Amino acid sequence: MSGKPLPHVDEESKGYWEACGRHELRVQRCRACRELRFYPRAVCPGCMSSDVEWILCSGRGEVYTFTVTHQNHAPGFRENLPYVLAYVELEEGVQMLTEIVDCPPDDVRIGMPVEVSFEDVGANIAVPRFRPRS
Amino acid sequence: MSRAGIAIVCAYEHPTRWAPDKTAYQIAAEAARGALREAGLSFADVDGYACSGVGPIGVLSMCHHLNLQPDWLDSTSIGGSSFVAQVLHAAAAIRDGLCTTVLITYGSTAASDRFAVGTGGGTAGDPPDAFEGVYGPTVVGAYAMVAQRHMHQYGTTSEQLAEVAVTTRRHAALNPHAKYRDPISVDDVLASRIISSPLHLLDCCVISDGGGALVVTSDERARDLAKPPVRVLGGGVAVRHPGTGRRDITDIAARQSGARAFERSGVSHRDIDFCMIYDSFTITVVSTLENLGFCEPGEGGTFVEGGRIALGGELPLNLDGGGLSSNHPGMRGMFLVIEATRQLRGECGDRQVADARVALCHGTGGFLGIRHSGATLILGGS
Repeated sequence: MSGKPLPHVDEESKGYWEACGRHELRVQRCRACRELRFYPRAVCPGCMSSDVEWILCSGRGEVYTFTVTHQNHAPGFRENLPYVLAYVELEEGVQMLTEIVDCPPDDVRIGMPVEVSFEDVGANIAVPRFRPRS
Repeated sequence: MSRAGIAIVCAYEHPTRWAPDKTAYQIAAEAARGALREAGLSFADVDGYACSGVGPIGVLSMCHHLNLQPDWLDSTSIGGSSFVAQVLHAAAAIRDGLCTTVLITYGSTAASDRFAVGTGGGTAGDPPDAFEGVYGPTVVGAYAMVAQRHMHQYGTTSEQLAEVAVTTRRHAALNPHAKYRDPISVDDVLASRIISSPLHLLDCCVISDGGGALVVTSDERARDLAKPPVRVLGGGVAVRHPGTGRRDITDIAARQSGARAFERSGVSHRDIDFCMIYDSFTITVVSTLENLGFCEPGEGGTFVEGGRIALGGELPLNLDGGGLSSNHPGMRGMFLVIEATRQLRGECGDRQVADARVALCHGTGGFLGIRHSGATLILGGS
């Protein structure tokens, strides 16, 4: 994990990262219009409400699209080539950018069922990635 | 949009592709000089100024460097499409009386600085970056994810994407300034190494140094200048991003900016004689053609086959050799407008499109599959 950037946690995003630290994947739902949103933010772009709750996700989803990265000069990533960058669509309906792990890169397919897998990267800090599920 | 006529009266591309002996500011200044001299103008005639850049190319510093004190400024920073958008902004400013003569410049030493434009990683620190940077996105990766989805949804093939690179290289052979001019084949593209699947090295634009400049003014002023004016007929600017997490990644900003450009110009697809389409990667061209409405979603792969986009074809595009073969110092939008202007003036020699009267330029900026901008500009010759 050395060299990769740590998640930047701020007032709007700490609810998400604190949940990740407990190995829970949570996304925001607006209490006013009931819309889910990812990534988290303080004001609902749909109805402008600030009233929000954090929904616990199943952690299951499928690969929406992906790329096997063979070149990235950035520290932390150049040592780990090739790796799979992907958008995963969660069962709850929102897409998130992530990495597919525990799978040979050439075996990744669009539509492949995946589940969340947390990697601890610091004290109470974990990054959600996804691995194949049967 | 065509209330009071606005014209591009100067368009100059710096010939350099490799300039370790120059600064980015110098390239921009040399390009400005080249453009202004074309029309018999000087810095004293400029009362509006626009620029954009990666790194430290700020509009205030550029004004200082060129010793400009204009009445109007634009530092739009939406990636490689910025200069296309700035032509539209300049047109609106001139029409509104904020200024009369706008200089737009670009200079970059990306190649000699060894700046890894597409595969350098890194994040800007804006809120969404926190949810992306930890996973190692690259520019090429963001476009590759669109290509992967396009192939899945529509059956588009690597061979079809390669056609774009092969055709563009054929055009580059006709441009003495192009960085790469030797012919390539579809097999060459497919045999080049994968940078970010499914995109190969030859699906990716080059990295070069370079720059250019444009001058925009009113039709009225354009009449007294040396070069035939090229009219700004209409345009549009748009963005696409994942929003709150639901998105069709094959729906790109060109759909919106293109629709606005056609509406505002009163021009139809049939009227377009050639296109200059930002070709950061081969998929960018295929996806842009679909979203601009030159073909249906999913038909872009077939559309680029069979010579349709080559000089002499039904819709020739990227006649200068594009970013794929001629030059790409990081933000190519400037060169789309320069080549379109020069084609519409009939100045392009071996690569001239016969009877070119109406052109469409489309710039894409940013990370196509993550967040990007699109700027469309429709131009007409005299």
